[in-house]
Amino acid sequence: MHYNWNWSVLTTAPYFGWILSGLMWTVLIALAAWVIAFSLGSALGVARTVRSRVVRAVAAAYVELFRNIPLLVQMFLWYFVLPEVLPKAAGDWLKRGLPHAEFWTAVVCLGLYTAVRVGEQVRAGIQSIAAGQASAGLASGLTPVQVYLHILLPNAYRIILPALTTEFLSIFKNSSLALTIGVLELTGRTRQISEYTMQPIEMFLTATALYGAVTLLVALAMWRVEGRTRFPGMLTSEAS
Amino acid sequence: MTNFTWSYLAGILPLLLSGMVVTVELTAASLVGGLLLGIILAVLRISRLRVVALAAATYVNLLRSLPLLLLIFWFYFLVPLLVGRPVGGMTSALIGFILFEAAYFCEIIRAGLQSVRRGQVLAGLASGLTYAQTMRRIVLPQALRNMLPVLLTEAINLFKSTALVYVVGVRDFLTAASIIGTRDNDLVPLYLLAAGVYLVVCLAASLSVGRLRRGYAL
Amino acid sequence: MLKAIALAACLALWGHAAFADDLYGTLKKIKDSGTITIGRSENSVPFSYTDSAGNPTGYSIELCSHIVDAVKQELKLDKLQVRYVTIMGTTLIPLLVNGTIDMACSTTTHTLSRQRQVDFLPTMYITGNQLLVRKDSGIHEVEDLKGKRVAVNQGTTNEKIIKAIDAQEHLGINFLDTEDQPRGWLAFESGRVDCYVTDAIVEHGLISKAAHPEQYAVVGRLLSFDPYSVVVRRDDSAFRLVGVRTIAGMIKSGEMFKLYDKWIDPIAGPMSPELKYVLMGEAYPD
Repeated sequence: MHYNWNWSVLTTAPYFGWILSGLMWTVLIALAAWVIAFSLGSALGVARTVRSRVVRAVAAAYVELFRNIPLLVQMFLWYFVLPEVLPKAAGDWLKRGLPHAEFWTAVVCLGLYTAVRVGEQVRAGIQSIAAGQASAGLASGLTPVQVYLHILLPNAYRIILPALTTEFLSIFKNSSLALTIGVLELTGRTRQISEYTMQPIEMFLTATALYGAVTLLVALAMWRVEGRTRFPGMLTSEAS
Repeated sequence: MTNFTWSYLAGILPLLLSGMVVTVELTAASLVGGLLLGIILAVLRISRLRVVALAAATYVNLLRSLPLLLLIFWFYFLVPLLVGRPVGGMTSALIGFILFEAAYFCEIIRAGLQSVRRGQVLAGLASGLTYAQTMRRIVLPQALRNMLPVLLTEAINLFKSTALVYVVGVRDFLTAASIIGTRDNDLVPLYLLAAGVYLVVCLAASLSVGRLRRGYAL
Repeated sequence: MLKAIALAACLALWGHAAFADDLYGTLKKIKDSGTITIGRSENSVPFSYTDSAGNPTGYSIELCSHIVDAVKQELKLDKLQVRYVTIMGTTLIPLLVNGTIDMACSTTTHTLSRQRQVDFLPTMYITGNQLLVRKDSGIHEVEDLKGKRVAVNQGTTNEKIIKAIDAQEHLGINFLDTEDQPRGWLAFESGRVDCYVTDAIVEHGLISKAAHPEQYAVVGRLLSFDPYSVVVRRDDSAFRLVGVRTIAGMIKSGEMFKLYDKWIDPIAGPMSPELKYVLMGEAYPD
């Protein structure tokens, strides 16, 4: 069992730049997809708690469709199947016209997928708020929209903040699946470099360390925020 | 696209079924292992001993910080170097899933415990119950109700995540579908078929979760 | 006490002498476990792929089954269990190094940089990069790719070569870095790219399976020299010798040429004179 270590590949041109560019694409995908996931997710969460049966049913159908197919498969469907079922002009534009088509496909796919998970958290958050709060809001003359915007959503976000952090981290990590449709993000780049340099174990270590570092930074930051926004009176961990 | 006939489907069925068996086995084993480890971790995480709580929190955050894909790879590559003999793709995938899912289950269980108001614990203690009794009789039943739907949703998630084992050469359902698709130059229909199967299985599961939730909501 | 130490030293020396001639490395591992593990691919037609019953098959796989027989004979085993593990470009080296697989029977190009980590048996096939295009695309040579959209698989020798040519000749190719061969083909077939660059033999294999084979062509000069070999662990001459001897024997007996006619001829036509010369050079005398 013999392996030749060579850490200098990390600092060798062009590999150092490739790793940085991979990290950049990973972060860009995660952030752009999070914008979709958070806004659409909040809308979904609200839609699942309103009175209208139709709205609730539409939101529920969306949730069931998107959460019950593996992300790997969804990525494939968005990239390879969608252009074929659209009208020819639109399909051709997706295939040949859209710049950075792989990147945008990955962003949309990840965003729509994660929106479901965010939506479920938002719904759970809203439902965990005592019904009296909404009634009190309505009684004091607020419109239903205002009740959602000023009472239910802000409180729900405070309750589900740890879960939202988890979802953001999962979008960041799931972005590695973008390599299956040809985005050379962090994982793709390290795989590429390991094949160029024949130092795969160094590259896996590097990727692990970079993912770990970024997510730990986010988690630490969110820990502090969670500590400040937590509602008093709930069971909490002494250590967190 | 070749002729997608019934006889063609019958021909590829055995390979697809054997893949589905692997997927189900992996899900079930990771679920049981992940839940057991997750419960232990959750109890440790809300422990009053700072060192213990911190150690559990570190584990959870470390595991949650890595993409599952990399984690599976690591067990595949490194464990054999450490123990001196090869570990199969299935074993390394299973270890990876259990350790990974435990971190998520831990957080779900912790959130469930924390969803119970502190006043209830105080009330339990004040009425003469011990801490363990308070946990078992008051906190856990309520916490379980709050977290069961999330736990089941995570189980469905796990079922879908097992599709990642293709990286270590384990032939699960999706891998089987994609092998057939490549062999017969039918990748798109096979992926659509796989999407349909996942949708039906997971939808059935998640609808029963919804029913369960309505059945005993607080 | 002194006597005991002297005795122990004698025993140790004797033991050492006895083991000097003994098995080591992969052969020892195979003998101890009664199992040989082969790394293989799911879809490298016609070298290493899955048949309709779900079993490994192909030119490389059959070649390796001859090596397995030779190992069994060498170790005088009655029974030798063969296990298959699916490998990919990135997992090949770690899995050989960590002992999960004992040899890789796929379409690995023998390169000097790979020899830093692993070793190779004699060449079993020679191919090179060419361009897979649609016949009506007007692409005939690599220079015609100027400003075109070209698919190439991430982290392959193909990628290295075509990107170097692109940089050297300032072609301004717009690359799509596909994950694997099935996705590369799909991107090409669905019209996302004008050209797919990979090993010529792989391209012939893809065309042979296509719904409309007459629409596609493999064009251009050979952009690279890709000798395929079975991969083994480094610093393990005893095991490697069994493989080298098997291949030499198969060339001398003509078995190697029959293997070619069975698997590769239907897809790529008769054996090229170059490959014939290379194989003749590997028919080492006993």
